[in-house]
Amino acid sequence: MMPGESLLEVRGLTASVAGVEILKGIDLNVRAGEVHAIMGPNGSGKSTFAKVLAGHPAYEVTSGEVLFEGKNLFDLTPEERARAGLFLGFQYPVEIPGVTNLSFLRLAYNTVQGARGKDELDPLEFDDYLQDKLKLLHIDPAFLERSVNEGFSGGEKKRNEILQMAILEPTLALLDETDSGLDIDALRIVANGVNRLRSPGNALVLVTHYQRLLNYLTPEFVHVMDQGRIIKTGGKELALELESRGYDWVSAEYRALRAA
Amino acid sequence: MSSSVLQNLVNQPYRHGFVTDIDADVVPKGLSEDVIRLISKKKAEPEWLLEFRLRAYRHWLTMREPTWPNVKYPKIDFQDISYYSAPKAKQKLASMDEVDPELRRTFEKLGVPLHEQKALAGVAVDVIFDSVSVTTTYKQRLAEVGIVFCSFSEAVRDHPELVRKYLGSVVPPGDNFYAALNSAVFTDGSFCYIPKGVRCPMELSTYFRINTQESGQFERTLIVAEDRSYVSYLEGCTAPKFDTNQLHAAVVELVALDNAEIKYSTVQNWYAGDENGVGGIYNFVTKRGLCKGVNSKISWTQIETGSAITWKYPSCVLLGDNAVGEFYSVALTNHHQQADTGTKMVHIGRNTRSTILSKGISAGYANNSYRGLVKIGAKAANARNYSQCDSMLIGDRCGANTFPYIQVNNSSARVEHEASTSKIGEDQLFYFAQRGIGAEEAVSMIINGFCREVFTQLPMEFAVEATKLLGLKLEGSVG
Repeated sequence: MMPGESLLEVRGLTASVAGVEILKGIDLNVRAGEVHAIMGPNGSGKSTFAKVLAGHPAYEVTSGEVLFEGKNLFDLTPEERARAGLFLGFQYPVEIPGVTNLSFLRLAYNTVQGARGKDELDPLEFDDYLQDKLKLLHIDPAFLERSVNEGFSGGEKKRNEILQMAILEPTLALLDETDSGLDIDALRIVANGVNRLRSPGNALVLVTHYQRLLNYLTPEFVHVMDQGRIIKTGGKELALELESRGYDWVSAEYRALRAA
Repeated sequence: MSSSVLQNLVNQPYRHGFVTDIDADVVPKGLSEDVIRLISKKKAEPEWLLEFRLRAYRHWLTMREPTWPNVKYPKIDFQDISYYSAPKAKQKLASMDEVDPELRRTFEKLGVPLHEQKALAGVAVDVIFDSVSVTTTYKQRLAEVGIVFCSFSEAVRDHPELVRKYLGSVVPPGDNFYAALNSAVFTDGSFCYIPKGVRCPMELSTYFRINTQESGQFERTLIVAEDRSYVSYLEGCTAPKFDTNQLHAAVVELVALDNAEIKYSTVQNWYAGDENGVGGIYNFVTKRGLCKGVNSKISWTQIETGSAITWKYPSCVLLGDNAVGEFYSVALTNHHQQADTGTKMVHIGRNTRSTILSKGISAGYANNSYRGLVKIGAKAANARNYSQCDSMLIGDRCGANTFPYIQVNNSSARVEHEASTSKIGEDQLFYFAQRGIGAEEAVSMIINGFCREVFTQLPMEFAVEATKLLGLKLEGSVG
């Protein structure tokens, strides 16, 4: 991707779960090189939006269109989206007992590499590749021998998500509350790690409740979601304003605008 | 999407479901003393063996089918089964080359070549087709170190004193309904005798094949390991696809004397019935090992993937002081399969130890139960048992149950039991998918991880086989 080229175009997206509409018409454009933050109160649909883009089977897309690098995203299965470079950092990563983190990471890496027409790495080569990524995120190599996310602390799980991102090198990473559950030191390590993964060709969408992550990862755009819609978009200063004033004024402003 | 993906994943083809067209000598259906006499006569058995059969039969008539297993099936009509079916041999075989070419092709297709040159290096095989043993490979080489490995019929003819001494010594003819039935009508099987101080130089193996639609298979395996001997034994089984059920009621007896060790591994892949639960084998089997001598050890490892219904509890009776019993099991049930399987560890001697590691996997509408008994006798001072029973559910229409029975009569005993249930759900598969990994590979990775501790107990060739088999069982087109 060239900087400034459109990576993700969302137009009028609506989606529901178990017959209840959660997303009520979302429009969003993300270009290569950009960082977007999506903020908003609990239950506003932020996580749903991220999961719908990644293709979670529990959600049904009812209307609208999403283009990923110019192609219809909904033509792709969830695994094809991942192979095409769409990454979701989970808010609650699942545990997979009996499968070591190392074998999981290698299979994921080789599958994605294979799909991109690149060479797969054998276990020794992969180990070399992995060492640098572990250092980037200050992860103890012993961590690789444990079952995926099993018995991990909240912070370890989140760090593992970013390790996977570092390994898969996605074009578009959606990080769903990656900052929650992290203490201040861990937040700095994770955020610095993510920063180093940034490049002019890729983009980040951060779903977050807190301004503190945005101190490390400066967004070009801050979006406020409420009741399944993006009701306000601003620059990085909007996050600071939300931190001090809360969300109510944004909702009020939106209602007034609609009424007018 | 996800539930249909799972459904497709568990719709696997059965690759051993063909029938061999071969002339068979089949005894008419039905069971009576006359039928038993006929079988015994066909096999030219000594009088004592006929007596053994008839005693078992008379006892069987007084018994009732067990109803306690957690499985459901229509009542079996024991008069509607043929109790003997043998491929017609033109004459007695002098060498492997004289095996009926049709039979040879059958086993080659199943991956069990009967030629020693082509056979798996380091594995001697006794091949059972319906009621009779077709051939045993590497017999000569084993005989050189004093090991007897042959069909049960040959053992009765050539080593009657050994057979007579040990037959029924671990599983008495009246032990249970199906063991009694087997004792009355068993037709062939494998016999293995390892003399004192001999470490068997190769894996011994029996391959069971049911071919005839209306016959049952009732085979008998007897393994005796003398003092300080060691043997590793493998058992594999397949059957054609029929829309009726075939009964397989085997008895396996193991005897380990002082300082002897027997390792018994099974990869059971009987036809399991179709996706609607029509057809398949009823696998009602009694397997028991007696650790008779001091420091003796018996390990059971089983990979159970087939059969419409599985009812079996490979057990260890730990009689000798310091004896060790082990049970490692993976039971995979799919579609409408039912399994009620587990083990019994009976501690009688002092310082006896046992380990139970059971992994049950259910998919489709299957029902999978672990049932295990750990019994510590009054004299079993310092006996120890560790049991771990893990269940995994694939999809939300299958079931898993654990029935542990623990009886402790000695206060110095230590018994531990752990159990867990997990589920391969939509969220796990989505997690894999989001990392680029498709559902098939995800399920296979999860299952292999789940079963790893058991697979490591299998001999190398079998471990590979078992991994492939589980993969095959869960293979299918996605989407």
